[in-house]
Formats: sequence, C-alpha cells, structure tokens
Amino acid sequence: MAIMINSLTRILVQGFTGDKATFHAQKMIEYGSKVVGGVTPGKGGQSHIGLPVFNTVKEAVDAVYPDASIIFVPAAFCADAIMEAADAGIKLVCCITDGIPAQDMMTVKRYLRRYPKEKRTTLVGPNCAGLISPGKSMLGIMPGHIYMEGKVGLVTRSGTLGYEAASQMKDLGIGVSSSIGIGGDPINGSSFLDVLALFEQDPETEAVMMIGEIGGPQEAEAAMWVKENMTKPVIGYVAGLTAPKGRRMGHAGAIISAFGDTAAEKAEIMRSLGLTVAKSPAHLGEAVAEALAKRPAKRKLVTR
Amino acid sequence: MDIHEYQAKELLANFGVAVPRGGVAYSAEQAVYRAAEIGGNRWAVKAQIHSGARGKAGGIKLCTTEDEVRKAAGELLGKRLVTHQTGPEGKVVHRLYVEAAVPIERELYIGFVLDRKSERIMLVAHPHGGMEIEEIAKSEPETILRQTMEPAVGMRAFQAREVAFGLGLPAAAVNRMVTMLMGCYRAFRDLDATMVEINPLVLTRDGQLLALDAKMAFDDNALFRRPNVSELRDHAEEDPREALASEHGLNYVALDGEIGCIINGAGLAMATMDMIKHAGGNPANFLDVGGGASPERVANAFKLVLQDKKVGAMLVNIFAGINRCDWVAKGVVQAVQEVGVKVPLVVRLAGTNVEEGRAIIAQSGLSIIQADSLADAADKVVAAWKGAGRN
Repeated sequence: MAIMINSLTRILVQGFTGDKATFHAQKMIEYGSKVVGGVTPGKGGQSHIGLPVFNTVKEAVDAVYPDASIIFVPAAFCADAIMEAADAGIKLVCCITDGIPAQDMMTVKRYLRRYPKEKRTTLVGPNCAGLISPGKSMLGIMPGHIYMEGKVGLVTRSGTLGYEAASQMKDLGIGVSSSIGIGGDPINGSSFLDVLALFEQDPETEAVMMIGEIGGPQEAEAAMWVKENMTKPVIGYVAGLTAPKGRRMGHAGAIISAFGDTAAEKAEIMRSLGLTVAKSPAHLGEAVAEALAKRPAKRKLVTR
Repeated sequence: MDIHEYQAKELLANFGVAVPRGGVAYSAEQAVYRAAEIGGNRWAVKAQIHSGARGKAGGIKLCTTEDEVRKAAGELLGKRLVTHQTGPEGKVVHRLYVEAAVPIERELYIGFVLDRKSERIMLVAHPHGGMEIEEIAKSEPETILRQTMEPAVGMRAFQAREVAFGLGLPAAAVNRMVTMLMGCYRAFRDLDATMVEINPLVLTRDGQLLALDAKMAFDDNALFRRPNVSELRDHAEEDPREALASEHGLNYVALDGEIGCIINGAGLAMATMDMIKHAGGNPANFLDVGGGASPERVANAFKLVLQDKKVGAMLVNIFAGINRCDWVAKGVVQAVQEVGVKVPLVVRLAGTNVEEGRAIIAQSGLSIIQADSLADAADKVVAAWKGAGRN
C-alpha cells in the first residue's frame, strides 16, 4: 500500500528542463517512477529526455493526467508553481527547492485552503528531499538504493538525516513502507502530524520513525497526537542536542525561541508521551529494531 | 538580516509610525550638530548595535546640554558593549543615534512575529513595556494580548482596536494606536520582515504615541526582492566568517570545539555534531554545504573551516541525494591539494555515486581517512584528533 505515492502514481516535473530537474527526473525514471512529462513555460511542445514539455500545468493535466508533481523551479517562483499545480487539480505536490520566502509559504498555505477538503492538494516540502515508497515509486532526490522495501514508515525534516536512518535500517534488514521528507522550513506543507495520521491508516506500515530538529512546535504536537491516537509504535529522534541556544543553524526552521524548542526538550516531551527515543543518531536503526521486537503479539499477525 | 534602530525607525516612519525626532551620527561633533538640529534641551544618545538591552549595558545616555551630548558620544563611539544578546565578545559601537527625549506617561510593548504554529503573522502586545517582557510571557502568559492576521485580507482595523482598548489606552489615543499597529503590519508584509518590535512604545504626557525603540529583522530568502532593505546591511555587525560563508552560499556557525565539520543538510550536520560529542569530541563549527555542492563550494568550505586555528581534525560527512559523491570527492581532493590541509581529515561519503566518490579519494594518494558510517566517522575523527594532539 504505502502512503502518498505508489507504482501507479503519474508524475509531472515542474521546472523540467533545468539541470537538477533533468538529473533527478532521470534518476526517478531509473528507479521505476512513472514520470509522464514536465512543465517549463516557453518550452511547450518540445521533447526533453524523451518526454513531452508543456507551457502550463493545466496543459499537462489535459494531455498526460499526472497525479503528482515535483517542483525544481527557483525559490522566487515556487509559490507560483505550487499554486499553479493546486489550481490545475494535482493532488500531491512535492517542492524540493529551498530558500522560499516565509511569507510566500504563508500565502501558499492560505491558497491551498480555498479548495474543499476532498479536492485539496497535499503539499510536501518545500526544502525537502521528497517522498519514496521503496520498490514502487520515488518522487524526490534521494538515492533510491539505500531504501529497502518494508513496513516501517519514515518521516523526517532533514533529507540527509532521513537517508542516514534508512541506510542504518537497511543494514539491519529493516525496510521502509514510505519515507516522507517534510522539509526544514518554518512553514511547510505537510506536518509530522499529517504524515503520522496517514501511516496510522496504512495497513502495510507497522511502526513509524519520526526525526525532528530544533525549532518549532511540530514535533511536540505530533508526539501528543501519537499518545492520543496512534496504535503503532513510534520511534523518535531530534537532531541538535549540541546546538547552542539562541543561535540560528542554517534552516530558518531551526530558530530556538521558546520552551519545547530545543532538541533536549523535544526528546523529553517525546519520551514522556510514550515514544521510544534513539539515544544517538548512530542508533536510529537499532532503536527501530528494538521497538519492533517489543511489539505486543497481536501486531505480529499483520506480518503473516 | 538585522538592521539598526535608526534604520528601522526610518522604514517604519514611511508607514505612518510616529517616532521621536532624531538623527544618526558617526562622530561626537556630528552628535552635537544633530542635537542642535533636533532642538529642545533633553536628548538621548543611543549606541547603534544589533542588540537589545543596550540601556542596561550603558549604551543609552540621557543628556541635557550640548557638552553632555559631546561627552556621551565620545564615550560611546568605539566602545565595546556587552549585552545579554551580544554574547561575551560584545559589539563595538560605530554609529550613534541622537534623539529628542520625551516626557513619558506610560510604556507599552508591541511586537509582530511570524508564528510557526498558526503559520501567520501574529501581533503580541502587553500593557507594560521594558525589558522584562520575556519573563512576563512565561509567568503571566494570560496578560499577553494576541492577534493573528489572515494572510488574504491582512490586518483589519477591528483587530488593532481590540488591542488598543485591551492595553487600556485613553480613548483619544486609540486611533493613533490603530494607525501605528496597521503601519507596523504593512511594513512587516511589504518589506518581508520576520520581526517588528517596538519596545517601549510610549504614551507621552501630552497624549502622543511614539516608538521609542524599534527593531526589525528580515527574511534572508526574500532580500532578492527588497533591494532597499538589503542595502541596509551593516557588515561590521556580522561575524566575518559567517558573512564570508553566506557569500559562498554556505551556512556556517562558529562554535567552541576542535573538530571542523563539513556536512550536507542542516539536520545531518546537527546529528553529526551530536555524534562527535557522543564520541568524546567537540565540534568547532556547524557547516551545511547545501544541495548541489560543486567542487568549488567544497573547496571554499575547507578554507572557511581551516581559518579557525582551534581546528585539530576535520570531518567531511556527505550523504548525497541532490549532491553527488563523485563531485564532492573531487572537491575534497582539489581542496586538500589547494588549501593544504595539515590536520587529520576523515571523509565519510554515502548515497548517489558513492563508489565513484570513494575511488576518487582512494586514488588521490592523499592521506585521507575514509569512514563507512556515521558512528565510524565520529569515532575516527575524535581518535585522529586525540592522536594528533599527543604528537
């Protein structure tokens, strides 16, 4: 099953003809993703890496029926690209680009809410590595080979720390149902909570690893939701234990400002709400293995 | 990006925010000239550094004669001010702002911030201004007035009125407060700010509302479309290495330890620093080379990290997705040859094109220690640092 994307997902690439988009579109195709075309305004009608290019997302939707889009356009034009995809009815949009002005994201989030819930676009990112349902489809820039197919959901702010977790799990023979990079920006499309709720519903996901960072309320909110609503075990980690307080660490998302914002406080909140917390970033895989081993017997029926 | 008080006041005044009369000065003579220009017989001479709590640190002096202004300015210019926001190294005063001192009836607090929870611009206000606002927010959070702004319509006048009445302002001052709040909000929106703070906002004895201090911070990601804001950057206020890093598209923060780090992705960078600590070392810096690290960028990262003389060993940890290990490996080899890395260097590569990357490093003939995992990398670099230290 997996969440958000599967082997049938038809993918459109926005900002298609740029270098990075081209490189990663090819990687996605090699992985087995169904890339059906791309959009570069002004280059409509051309063919790029054997696929059609369109001037607008609407033209692409009419011609090749994409379900999802991945955005590589420069930061200044991302808000527009996300809104264009939403307006054309694309249900899942993943924005890779980093450096989008925060107020643009504020406007984007407001814009997405103008559609009724059943027609609303799910945005993942920006400033993220994208999504992968191993063995099925990849909508992102991750190295696909480090993910083993399996039953643990992965949701992370940081792309590269997510890779770290996936490869540690693979080394221990633990596979991933889907991995979602929600991105490091202060305002992002999907939150930890949004993704955890999907994993809870997914019959193929048996446990979830959630990796946060310093800054922002999302990790604590998600941990509270886990305690109230989640039947599957959740393993957490928060990067930035050694980050000095009050310093900005690259991501705007990493500004430490109030209680519950530091890595230590977030890890403590997670623990107090019943999550397993990995003791170091080198123990991400082991922590998942331990949590899987500790599951109550009834869960084992699902793996049959 | 942060700006000075006088710059913030100038920007806000353009949006209808009332500020006391004042002028910037770079010398004691100029400060006296400014005081004469402003008129009256009470002035505040204020050190312009990017920090709050300047008053407590002795950075604001009240004067009643031109001689006092000259003396105050002479003392402040060139002085190193240490506030609880500057860190122990403090900041040197290069500019002053001379302002008319006004008779104060009441001090209030207002601030606009980008609230991550509601994902909207939020106004916070309190009937008592001054420096204790953070403690008040913790001990009596219910006394803080809040309004969140709907992005599609912006701030509405009723929201400003609710705050004005909530602060207990006299009816005659309410409309002035509405103008002030709406002006701050528009400045926030139109200039891509991340913070607008007026603390204190004062009610004068004659019923005027004035911004006695003003702080603004801006979204670095939006400076490309705000040229009039980005030209206000004061390089003297920035850590020279951090400024150099941002010129090269690198995110760098200097820390106290001995292990220099070059890592891709802020999350992995923080996790690697956590791991170095776990292994018994201390990171010398945070450095995120970002997506698409070219060989040039990696070489620049090396130069930057090695400027820090405390660095006794280096760790490069790249998990390549948008990056490619072969590119990174070329950059590492090029940098080591060009910059001449004299401390032990541990490189851990993983992800896209990892085999090519490792081969490039192995075949370079340079003494680079390769590591397989995060734990291995942290252990090896800490061991190498301890080994180098003993020799």
